[in-house]
Amino acid sequence: MKLLKTLMTGAALVVGLGGVAQAEDKTKVGFVYVGPVGDFGWSYEHNEGRKAVEEAFGDKVETMYVESVPEGADSERVMTQMALDGADLIFTTSFGYMDPTINVAKKFPNVKFEHATGYKQADNVSTYSARFYEGRSVIGHIAGHMTESNTIGYIASFPIPEVIRGINSAYIAAQKVNPDVKLKIVWVYTWFDPAKEADAATALIEQGADIIMQHTDSPAAMTIAEEKGIYAFGQASDMKQFGPKARLSSIIDDWAPYYITRTQAVMDGTWSSTATWDGIKEGMVAIGDFSNDIPADVQASAKALKDALSSGATHSFTGPINKQDGSAWLAAGETADDGTLAGMNFYVEGVEGEVPN
Amino acid sequence: MDISIVSLIATLIVAATPILLAATGELIVEKSGVLNLGVEGMMIMGAICGFIAAVSTGSPLLGFCIAALSGALLSLLFAILTQYLLANQVASGLALTLFGLGLAALLGHSYSGIKPPSTPKIEWFGLSDIPVIGPIIFNHDLMVYFSLFLVFIVWIFLRFTRVGLILRAVGENHDAAHALGYKVIRIRVLAIMFGGACAGLGGAYLSLIRVPQWTEGMTAGAGWIALAIVVFASWKPWRLILGAYLFGGVTILQLNLQANGFDIPVSYLSMAPYLVTIVVLVIMSADRTRASINAPASLGKIFHASS
Repeated sequence: MKLLKTLMTGAALVVGLGGVAQAEDKTKVGFVYVGPVGDFGWSYEHNEGRKAVEEAFGDKVETMYVESVPEGADSERVMTQMALDGADLIFTTSFGYMDPTINVAKKFPNVKFEHATGYKQADNVSTYSARFYEGRSVIGHIAGHMTESNTIGYIASFPIPEVIRGINSAYIAAQKVNPDVKLKIVWVYTWFDPAKEADAATALIEQGADIIMQHTDSPAAMTIAEEKGIYAFGQASDMKQFGPKARLSSIIDDWAPYYITRTQAVMDGTWSSTATWDGIKEGMVAIGDFSNDIPADVQASAKALKDALSSGATHSFTGPINKQDGSAWLAAGETADDGTLAGMNFYVEGVEGEVPN
Repeated sequence: MDISIVSLIATLIVAATPILLAATGELIVEKSGVLNLGVEGMMIMGAICGFIAAVSTGSPLLGFCIAALSGALLSLLFAILTQYLLANQVASGLALTLFGLGLAALLGHSYSGIKPPSTPKIEWFGLSDIPVIGPIIFNHDLMVYFSLFLVFIVWIFLRFTRVGLILRAVGENHDAAHALGYKVIRIRVLAIMFGGACAGLGGAYLSLIRVPQWTEGMTAGAGWIALAIVVFASWKPWRLILGAYLFGGVTILQLNLQANGFDIPVSYLSMAPYLVTIVVLVIMSADRTRASINAPASLGKIFHASS
């Protein structure tokens, strides 16, 4: 027994040393995920981006990832470990990793960090996010046309600007084509909990929603929509396999090009701290195929809207738009600036309920 | 406010069933004096194994059988570690959770995005058409009735049978039980496996009926809630139903209130299920002597015949 143990330790050491020797000239890239890579939503797409990095650089790069990392102190430990393991570049892929990322970045000035969906930068911390709200405009437009009960159910995660922006954008687009439309919002306070997301979808359907939108990471709501015979939209991933009949379209995140560009920048030594916010135009936000249940004219208008958003001819937040309390926000023809959007903490006029704090 | 109480109760039963099943199993385990913190791991193993079995055979019933079997098998690992190798129960339980989550993710790798065969609801010869009572009582799948039946059986077992008495004796004082000639280890291993089987069933209920799909980490803490509910029930079978339904009920109610635009700050609603659980726990443990009488005296202690 003891001999076996010694032998195995020896073997492990040899393998370990071999690994180190091999890894010397490789660029190490770490990824921290909030959910499991098999969530078929948010974390899944980030992991697809990681795979694309491996594919693009082959032997020159080594990636590592840790999944299901809780937001908060635990994530700091994970990032620190990655930095100690020799990562050159670390992507932290959830809003709640913002402060932990800044803290760890201070301790490792030579490691580059990239934080998704946040707003705090440092010399070695970049931020990046996608203009998901552009996608929300397109699906809001479709939902406004397709709803018969004039009630759209919205499963929201946490009351952060990102999520509130999505709600507003979807509502504005839906209300434009259907003035009677109502948004019912349920906050589940989690990014990933299939059972809870499914319960929220059921509750919304019971309250009369015939279309479900979600800002959470699992396809549970899509499954429920399929079962109850109503419509839903894929979120972060296409999710078609979870609701072949229910899925009208989807917002798909494509992180691969960004991850490849940034890894290249680290290799070339040209990396600098930036704040990236790309949308449909750059391809970071994609719209999934339209379901055949959507009438041809709606498909055409939705595609026109997508193209207009892409070319910059239109903006998701174009005035006149009032805030929920009726005070003016954007004058006719005026578009929202990125600063306001990034910190958005209010509903637009017509959305019911209060933003939780 | 137009929340339908009837459909609310009907959904809360579905939401509570996985926790109830797992908690019933854990109650027997703890009554035998073993603290198995691996409920979450056994649940998720049941969720994926049941899912794989149901998908490949097309029979949800078989899926549940396999789920129970897989949960029991995984718990056997815990039993060997803690009962024969005398490992620390808390550490082994936590390890079991981590192991179960990882193994389930591995097994389930190619099962994402598949729809399981749907589990039919029990036909009660039109009884489900009765207003109010129909949808609440007579409109569920087999597992809902089974979970309640299981609680009943466990109550009978613990209270009225000789074997139940022996199990309780082992949990209260294993040295005395051993001196009387009872096989402490064997009884505990069987109890642990029963707990594993129940947790497996609870997990399969999630993946086959409540959500129905397989996603990694889909139990998302349900196993821990089940553990809390056993304490909440102060190790009494009937109170498990109360605990599980209360927790499920508040969870569902808060979602419905939100969807209805009810004017209560959302943060309060979201914390409500946990808050209610804590409040009840505090009330129940206020009377110290009674609370400590209820907990099995040998809970979590390691037994060896020589000591």
